[in-house]
Order: sequence, then structure tokens, then C-alpha cells
Amino acid sequence: MTTRLADQLGRAEIQAVEQVEGFGADPWWIIALKCLGIFVLLLLMTLFVIVFERKVVARMQHRIGPNRVGPKGWLQSLADGVKLMLKEDIVPKAADRVVYILAPIISAVPAFLVFGLIPLGPEVSIFGETTRLQLTDTPVAVLLILAIASSGVYGLMLAGWSSGSPYPLLGGLRSSAQVISYELAMSLSFVAVFLFAGTMSTSGIVESQERIWYALILAPSFVVYMVSMVGETNRAPFDLPEAEGELVAGFGTEYSSIKYAMFFLAEYINMINVSALATTLFLGGWRAPWPLSAIGDGMFNEGWWPLLWFLAKVLVLLFVFIWLRGTLPRFRYDQFMKLGWKVLIPFSLAWIVLVGGLRLAMNEGVTRQQIFLVVGIALAVFMVISFISSWIGERVRDDEEESEDAAEKPFDPFAGGHPVPPLPGQQGSTPVAATVGPPAGSDHTDESDSSEEGTRA
Amino acid sequence: MNADATFSTTDRDDDPYAGVRETTEGPVYTVTGQDWDDVVGAAAAGEERIVVNMGPQHPSTHGVLRLILELDGEIVREARVGLGYLHTGIEKNLEYRNWTQGVTFVTRMDYLAPFFNEAAYVFGVEKLLGISDDIPERANVIRVMMMELNRISSHLVAIATGGMEMGALTVMTVGFRERERTLDLFELITGLRMNSAYIRPGGVAQDLPPGAVESVREYLRWMWDHIGEIEAFCNENPIFKGRTQENGYLDLAGCMALGITGPILRATGLPWDLRKTQPYCGYETYEFDVPTRDTCDSYGRFRIRVDEIKESLKIIEQCLDRLEPGPVMVEDKKIAWPAQLAIGSDGMGNSLDHIRHIMGESMEALIHHFKLVTEGFRVPPGEVYVPVESPRGELGAHVVSEGGTRPYRVHFRDPSFNNLQAVAAMCEGGMVADVIVALASIDPVMGGCDR
Repeated sequence: MTTRLADQLGRAEIQAVEQVEGFGADPWWIIALKCLGIFVLLLLMTLFVIVFERKVVARMQHRIGPNRVGPKGWLQSLADGVKLMLKEDIVPKAADRVVYILAPIISAVPAFLVFGLIPLGPEVSIFGETTRLQLTDTPVAVLLILAIASSGVYGLMLAGWSSGSPYPLLGGLRSSAQVISYELAMSLSFVAVFLFAGTMSTSGIVESQERIWYALILAPSFVVYMVSMVGETNRAPFDLPEAEGELVAGFGTEYSSIKYAMFFLAEYINMINVSALATTLFLGGWRAPWPLSAIGDGMFNEGWWPLLWFLAKVLVLLFVFIWLRGTLPRFRYDQFMKLGWKVLIPFSLAWIVLVGGLRLAMNEGVTRQQIFLVVGIALAVFMVISFISSWIGERVRDDEEESEDAAEKPFDPFAGGHPVPPLPGQQGSTPVAATVGPPAGSDHTDESDSSEEGTRA
Repeated sequence: MNADATFSTTDRDDDPYAGVRETTEGPVYTVTGQDWDDVVGAAAAGEERIVVNMGPQHPSTHGVLRLILELDGEIVREARVGLGYLHTGIEKNLEYRNWTQGVTFVTRMDYLAPFFNEAAYVFGVEKLLGISDDIPERANVIRVMMMELNRISSHLVAIATGGMEMGALTVMTVGFRERERTLDLFELITGLRMNSAYIRPGGVAQDLPPGAVESVREYLRWMWDHIGEIEAFCNENPIFKGRTQENGYLDLAGCMALGITGPILRATGLPWDLRKTQPYCGYETYEFDVPTRDTCDSYGRFRIRVDEIKESLKIIEQCLDRLEPGPVMVEDKKIAWPAQLAIGSDGMGNSLDHIRHIMGESMEALIHHFKLVTEGFRVPPGEVYVPVESPRGELGAHVVSEGGTRPYRVHFRDPSFNNLQAVAAMCEGGMVADVIVALASIDPVMGGCDR
């Protein structure tokens, strides 16, 4: 066993210093072409997604949605973008000018960078050059993506701080707290994928999903990622930093014109980024979904076809984003933090231990039947225990209720500090009209003052 | 007169809160908000608190309510309410118009519940006139029906905007879709979607148009089918429950101390509904329940509103069954508005039959018409207070007459105003997000609050 572990460690070390196979040999013009392609793709996707979102949400809400600009309204976001750019650019007097102008740039640039590490397809031929449909890859690509994504939040934070007004400040605070806590849950959800794939390079992870998607075998990780990706991108129901109902527009309240447009752009590109990452890590990346992949000896997994599957998967995930927005109300700040720290992170940790244990057992030569047996027994024991505990809990609660019923006190109209009429079912010792004045001999003034304080505190 | 000279005599030191300065027109008092000054002073003293002026321009303050929040991080330490940004002088204006014209003003107060404003005012006038028992049955049934339709539309807006402020956008569109259908009925029956001035002293302005009953029945069918959508979105939604349960807590003693009525009071378990406890307009003859909850929180208020919509649907059904042909205005020609409206080739106006009658057939009718329309009827001296159960709680009209053709004074006890007193009790100690939900559960309408 020791030798095998040493072997693995050694391989990992070698991988760490080496380039990922198939990258780093492109001529400069291919790289430039890829950069341009990704940039244009992201911009077009953003324009598309905004209209797509508005149309889908409209359908969900029995409306029509944008249908004026361009064919069937599909150029609406382009018109909105032009309008935003032509609007007056206001810098508030109280704002810290330099940071205020820098903030939207800081939030937009990392959003564009992430896509450079996402594999869009296998090897293709561009003007005779054979190259992979991915700008670059490193042995720690996923960690790099996490790092880039988390630097984007500086933009929101600085925007909130530099605007010099309370709503943006609160929005900025919320977004930093949110991204930090959800980044943790997100990275923990990756660990199981790394354990299975044995690599952190994005192309390697896609390769390793040739047989089965990780979303299926690592379903709990996928669920955690899905939740934290919505939290990470500040989208409903986790859109607290820009909660319109509370903070007007959150960190963006004081922004206008093209600076506001850049925040908008960053938000939508981030949505595309996390969807692309989900596709890569859990949904088989650019690989064709099952029935298609079996057609014609995998012809749909070669050439330019995979780009289509990739975009389709991303679009499905984007639809989930929109669906959530059309369905759910917003979380409250503390509830949202509770979900992150008390549910997602402990759950991920337990799941990683389980996955790690299973991996180790498999490596040690434990057969699958044995694993299933042990897991089955553990599950059965757990279910029995939970059933018994809930049954006992119910009994205890019933007893408590009974004792409460027995101890019901006679109705006291002054119990709350202010005279109240009896509720239905309560025995009014005195008629309602008689309780309006203070009862003789009671010092209810003091009592009411103290209990009033109590209810308000 | 030099303008600079007048302003230089400013003397604000007399009263810290209402400085006086002399002008050509006499002394001018400038009342400053002492709360705000205190708050700024406390903030300047170096405490780690932010003062946020939520409103009067804010997406979630239901119009132009101004909330002055003192925040400690996300926690609200103090919440104060600033009112008066929608003051329209309606009560004062009433004193310069005749009794019938007053309806046109009061309908604009609480713009989500126009028929209740009209009803409270008209019941007051009728009580002073002593004709409360002479109102034809058909008019009363129509009044009840319009009020209940209005209760539905008002509750739908409360639920819809409350949902929107929590980020539940589809709840908003569902609520407004249903409300649109209600307003369509108003348009069909009264000619206007809002501010109809339909309930008039002595009856209603116009009989139901042909097809109205069928439209209301169709509407009832639609509502029974679709009211479940809002419940499906909210009732068991864990996020919705997390936001609303135990939010904006105000128990029975708190409600009693602050004079809170309506769904907030009923959410404490007290079945206090004026339609049952002090019936008017024949409500005692209708069968309906008063929904209550004992949670004292925003969730209970939401559920009560949905349940009340269902009860209102039941009442409307009973109204339709009771509609018998008959007059919709009192018999008394000295009070009843003389003409019914009709649509002619040049738009809506007095019906041609009526014009023929007064211009060609009856001198007496012409005189009646002229006196009623230009001067209005006289109301015996006295004062009354008439409450009705509006969607927000007890809406009362205190009407005073000197015996003239105009009110001496009309004052409204608007539930929005009284219920807003609960903001501090509900919100302090909670988070910013809780303020919004608690406010939505109060459902204030600033038009009614400021009048």
C-alpha cells in the first residue's frame, strides 16, 4: 500500500511541474484567435441571456416579455446596453473617485478570465492547426478558477465602500460575507470530484467523465455546488447584496451609465462562468449526452459538435437560474448565512470523508459487495435510530402539551400590560366593557410599563 | 418691500422645533423634524450606527412613507416613521364642496380601497340625513358587492407587493393579474377602474349595466380556480415561511395599546371584524366567517388576507343571488341625484329622456335638477361617527354638519395611519429585511394615511 501511495504522490508531483498534455504549443495567432473568440462568445451570451431571462420569466409570470426591439425582441439587451452607455455618468460628491471608478473594472475583468480555463471541446483544426478548444489549462486549473472568481468580489466590496452612502455600504458588506462563505462550500464540493478524477485540470476532469457524469455518482456534491453557485453569483433567492426591496440596488445604488452596465455584465458573465464550471466538473463538459454519444462510434464527440453540447448544457443551467428567480422569494441575511455555514459546509465535509473512505477502501481491495453491505447496515441503523428518536420526541411533546393544557390559567385581561378582550374560548372573568378601566387595588401601571418594555426589547 | 430684509428677520431660537420668522403675510413657522436632528446628533457622537433614511423614495415603502432607521450592522435599533409626503388636503377640500361632490374627494384617499372610503363617508351623510333605512335593497346589495370586490383587489395588491418586496416576483404578477380582472369589473360597472365615486348619498350613482352580473359570475369562477396559485407559491414555501414567520410580532395587548385593527388584529386571534361586530349595510344577513390566526406575525396576516379573499368571494356570490330589479337611489326627490347617465353619440352624459323631461315637460323637475346639481341638498345639523371594515381595518368617518349644503368638517380615522404606529414595535431588534416584510404585512396606503 505504501508503495502505491508513494507512486501516486510522485505522479502528482510530476504533474504539478509539467504542463497539461496538449497545451502550450499553440502559435501566437491561434491564442489570440481563441482569446477573441471567448471574449465575443461571452459578450454575445450575455446579450442573449438577458433577453432569454426576461422572456422566460415573462412566460412564467403570464406576460409576454420584451418583443419590440429587433426580431421578436431579441435585440432588447443590445438596445439597453447602448442606452446605458449613452447615459450621463454620475460620480457622487461623497464617493472616493479613484476606487469608485476602479470598482466596476475590478469586478468585470476576472469574470472574463475564468472562461479561458474552461474546455469548450476536444481537438479541432483551425486553419490547418490542430488545437484544443480551450485557451489554456494548468494542473491546478480549478483552483485558479476559484481564485479568479473570488477576486471579482473585491469589485462589489469596493463599489459599496467607495460610494459613500449607506445602501451601497450594506450591499458591499453583504456581498463580501456571502461570497466568502459560499466560496468555501463551493470548493468543498469540488474535492470529491478531484478525488475521483485524480486531477485538477479542467480538461483532465472532462476526460475522466467519459464513462459516467460526476453529477450522477457524486450527486450530493453536485447539489451543494448548485446551491453555492447561485449564492456565489448573487442571484435570486440569494440576491441579498442587491436586494431591491431592502437596499434599492445594493452596491450599485450610486452607479450609473457604463459603470453600472459593467456590474451588470459581470453578473451575467459570472452566471455563465459558474454554469460552465458545473458543466465541466459534473455534467461531462463538452461530451455529448448519453444517447447521442452512442451514435456513429462517438462521431458527436469529435470536431466542432462538442461546442454545441457544451453550450446546450450551460443554457440548461442558466435556465435553472431563471427558474429559481421566477419561483422563490429572497432569503434573509442570517438565514442565508446559516444555510451556508451550518448546512452546506458540514454536509460537504461529511460527504468528503465518506467519499474519501470509500475510495480508500476500494484501493485497499475491499469488494463492492462488502461496501454495499456495510453502507446498507449503517443506513438501516441510522433509520431505526431516527425513527425511535422522533417517536420519543413526539411522545414527550404530547406530554408537554397535555401538561400545558392542564395548567391553563384563568383569563387575565392585564397579563400583557394593557387590557385586552378575551379571545374566543377564553373565559372572560369580567365582561369586556368592564375591563377598560384599571381594576381596583392593582398597581397595573408599573406592571404594564415593565412588560411593555419586555415585549419591545 | 425688500425680500432680503424680510428673510433677515428670521428668528429660529424661540422654539427649537418650530422656528418663527416674520414675513409680509405674517409669521411663518418652520417645523423641523426633531427626531432626525436627535438621530444625527447621536450619530455624530461617534456611535457605530448608521442612520438610513428609507424613503420617501424607496421601492419598498409603499408609496412615500419615510422610515428613519438606526442600524447597528444589519440590526435595526430604532425605527421611526415620517409621514405627510402625500398630504392632499382632502378633508379640508370637503368643506368647500357640496355633500355629493365630497364622494369624489374621499374616493381618492385610500386609493386601493376607494369604495370603502366612499361607503364610510356616505353612511355618515345618510345617518345625518336620517335616511339610512330608506336606501333601496338593490343599492345596498350593490354596495356590499362593490366593497367585497374592492376588498379582494386591495388584499391582492397587499399580497402581490409584499411578495415582490421579498423577491417573489411571480407572486406579484399573479396578484396583479387577478387585480386587473377586478378592476375590469369596476370599469364595467362604474365606468372607472379606480376613484369611481360610485357610492353616493342615497344610493349608488348608476345601476348595474347589462351583462354585469354574468361578468361577476365569470370572475368568481376564475377566482375560485386561481386563488390557489398564490397559496401554492407561499403557504408551504420554506423561504417564504422563514421570512414571514415570527416576523413583525405584535400580540393582542400591543394591538389594543396602539389601536391596531384589521388583519393585524385578527392575526392575534381576536375575531374583530366590524361586519360581524357592528354590522352595517345588511352584512348581518350574509353568511361568512372571520378568519383568524393566533401567530401574531406576518405569516398569519398573509394567510388571513388570502382567507378573507375567499370569504369575500362567498359574499359576492350571495349578493348576486339577492339582486332583484328595483331602484338604486332613495325615493326622496330632494336628495336623490336627479339623472342617470347614458352614453350618447357624443360620449357619456345625462340621459336624453331626463333632458327631455326637465327641458320640455316639467318646470318643477328642472328646478329640482338645478338646485341639486348646483347647490346640493341640505343636511340637518349634527355629528356622527360611522366605521366600516376596510381591508386594512377600521375606517371611520366623523362627519359634522351645520345644516348647510357643505360639510362643516369631515375627519377620517384611516387604518393605515393608526396601523403605522406599530412599525417601531414590530421592527426594532429585527433586521433590515424584516422591516420590509413587517411593513408589507401592515399594508399601509399613504394616500389614506396622509389624506
